[in-house]
Amino acid sequence: MIRHWLREGTPHELVTALVATPLFAGFLLLLWLLMNEFSFGHLLLGSALAVVISRVTQPFWPERSRIKYPGRLLLYLGRLLMDILKSNLIVARRILFHSRQLQPGFFTYPLTLTDDFAVTMLASTISLTPGTVSAHYDREGRTLLIHCLHLEDEAALIRDIHSRYELPLQEIFDD
Amino acid sequence: MTPSSMPFLLELFISLLLVAGALFALIGSIGLARLQDFFMRLHGPTKASTLGLGCLLIGSLLYFSFQKGTVSVHEAIVTVFLFATAPVSAHMMAKAALFRAVGKGGPSRNYPEN
Repeated sequence: MIRHWLREGTPHELVTALVATPLFAGFLLLLWLLMNEFSFGHLLLGSALAVVISRVTQPFWPERSRIKYPGRLLLYLGRLLMDILKSNLIVARRILFHSRQLQPGFFTYPLTLTDDFAVTMLASTISLTPGTVSAHYDREGRTLLIHCLHLEDEAALIRDIHSRYELPLQEIFDD
Repeated sequence: MTPSSMPFLLELFISLLLVAGALFALIGSIGLARLQDFFMRLHGPTKASTLGLGCLLIGSLLYFSFQKGTVSVHEAIVTVFLFATAPVSAHMMAKAALFRAVGKGGPSRNYPEN
């Protein structure tokens, strides 16, 4: 394959073929440079690693997700950070003072998102926020199984997750 | 630059972060000891410990940034990775537990059938 482009490939083709997922490769390189002191040697080593790792892990990316509004993604992450803080306080209080009165339970959450990466984001968000951990993703049934530390009102919780996290994600990924 | 030349307010802030981080980590551990079944204990590491570690890392970031005079990015990267990977490991543990029917018949209601 490499011989093929050396003969007739345009430079752009060469780059896209070497770096299958350019954004991911760039991210890896940046990470490498941030973790080490900047030098020409590290630039070379980092570039080589970025190319190799992004090629090797390419099959793990089932489809390209398009982030349509990166600005809104930042906004979402900011809100998520606040929610993580809040959820920690809530869970801490429950563990310390009400650990015997908790009513844990499972519930299934019907997904409207279809994009794999967006679903991953939603599942991670659920795991990081108030008393919920995502336990299983049913691809055919399009549901997430969620365990809740203190399950009171299932319908309200589902509504909450939908409006607070799923709708913004839907907008960000234009899903 | 010695640590003692740090402004008092910054020192206070960093100390507060360290204490808060330690407290959250402690609460996470208490949760592990107190909660009744596997799925309830799963909530500890994804939340209390994440925030506890987050506080410690931010404290460390501020301290070393001030000491070296440059922004110390290692802690920031660790924090990002921590928040990105904690839910994944929790998810994998939950899946494994469901598969092996751990905690079935325990306090968690609506245990899934298969």
